[in-house]
Amino acid sequence: MSISREHELHHRRFGRNLGVALTLAAFIVLVFALTIAKVSGGGMIEAFDHTYRPALDPAVNPDLRRE
Amino acid sequence: MTDIRAELDIRDSEPEAGFGDYVQLLKPRVMSLVVFTALVGLLVAPVSLHPVEALASIIFIALGAGASGALNMWWDADIDRVMRRTARRPVPSGRVTPGEALGLGLGLSLISVLMLGLAANWLAAGLLAFTIFFYAVIYSIWLKRSTPQNIVIGGAAGAFPPMIGWVVATGHVGIEAVLMFALIFMWTPPHFWALALFMKDDYGKAGVPMLTVTHGRRVTRAQILAYTLALVPVALWVGFTSIGGPVYLAVALALNSVFAWGAVGLWRRGEEAAGLDSYRAEKRFFRFSLLYLFGHFAALLAEATPWAGLLRAQFTLWGGA
Repeated sequence: MSISREHELHHRRFGRNLGVALTLAAFIVLVFALTIAKVSGGGMIEAFDHTYRPALDPAVNPDLRRE
Repeated sequence: MTDIRAELDIRDSEPEAGFGDYVQLLKPRVMSLVVFTALVGLLVAPVSLHPVEALASIIFIALGAGASGALNMWWDADIDRVMRRTARRPVPSGRVTPGEALGLGLGLSLISVLMLGLAANWLAAGLLAFTIFFYAVIYSIWLKRSTPQNIVIGGAAGAFPPMIGWVVATGHVGIEAVLMFALIFMWTPPHFWALALFMKDDYGKAGVPMLTVTHGRRVTRAQILAYTLALVPVALWVGFTSIGGPVYLAVALALNSVFAWGAVGLWRRGEEAAGLDSYRAEKRFFRFSLLYLFGHFAALLAEATPWAGLLRAQFTLWGGA
């Protein structure tokens, strides 16, 4: 008597695992695309430490200018 | 070898969930309505969004709706088992354990709210979190088994998606978003009570205090008419806001006339007549209610197209001449 690997249970589990894998792959693609969209369409991107920050420069940011 | 076969035989006797069963937990039919109304709310807003951000937002709103569906199935497994309409759902049929449904519901709630906050804005994410809480806790756990007003108040959960879609695009709640909410909120009672009229035995057996069970069918028919008549001005009001116009108003007038006439017909109908034709009018009214909601939102979408803009300009021209 040989062990059959083609039991219906294996097919069902394979379908479930494939579904989870595809869902995760789709989620990764979505997050990646969202990141690209946010970065390319986003506002000012700047470093935070020991560097010039345009957002804090009154000459660049009108919100910081005093009357 | 024998041990492995024995294990497989035992597993055969236990129903094991497939991927489709977990999808069923998310109530895909409800999700499709949520996706459609949220998409319309997003597209009719006067702010354009990056297509990827819009797509991601709609997916996360749909996931949130699915999460609340899974939580609802976890809590309602006992009454779903009794009702013929719901007995084959994954939890009552034993294919998915209640713990799995709860885990999936909570996990997806967390992911959908966090991701919507990151993809769109935190007001939209907050509204989605409140919607999930409202559907799972206020409606499923509290109202559904305690008051015949369950679907009146619980209907708010289904009414939030277009408002969330609008907030995703604009970042705030406007009158248009409130009216789209009101349209679905007022539509829910006649829609579900029509269903309850021909599914009364199901709700009665499960001990769910639907209006048909607690107050009888005569009162239910009168309530359907009252809510339908109250719905008409709300539906027409949308047409006079920035998202409405001649196309929407024409569609709304036609749909509301038929819907109101149908409600009058149900109100005038006796139980004997309904029983004789197996609730044909009630079933027709229920089916039409789906078309009614779809038609209004499709008309709003049509109003957002450039062609409708041209038509509106023509009307303005005639009005000014």
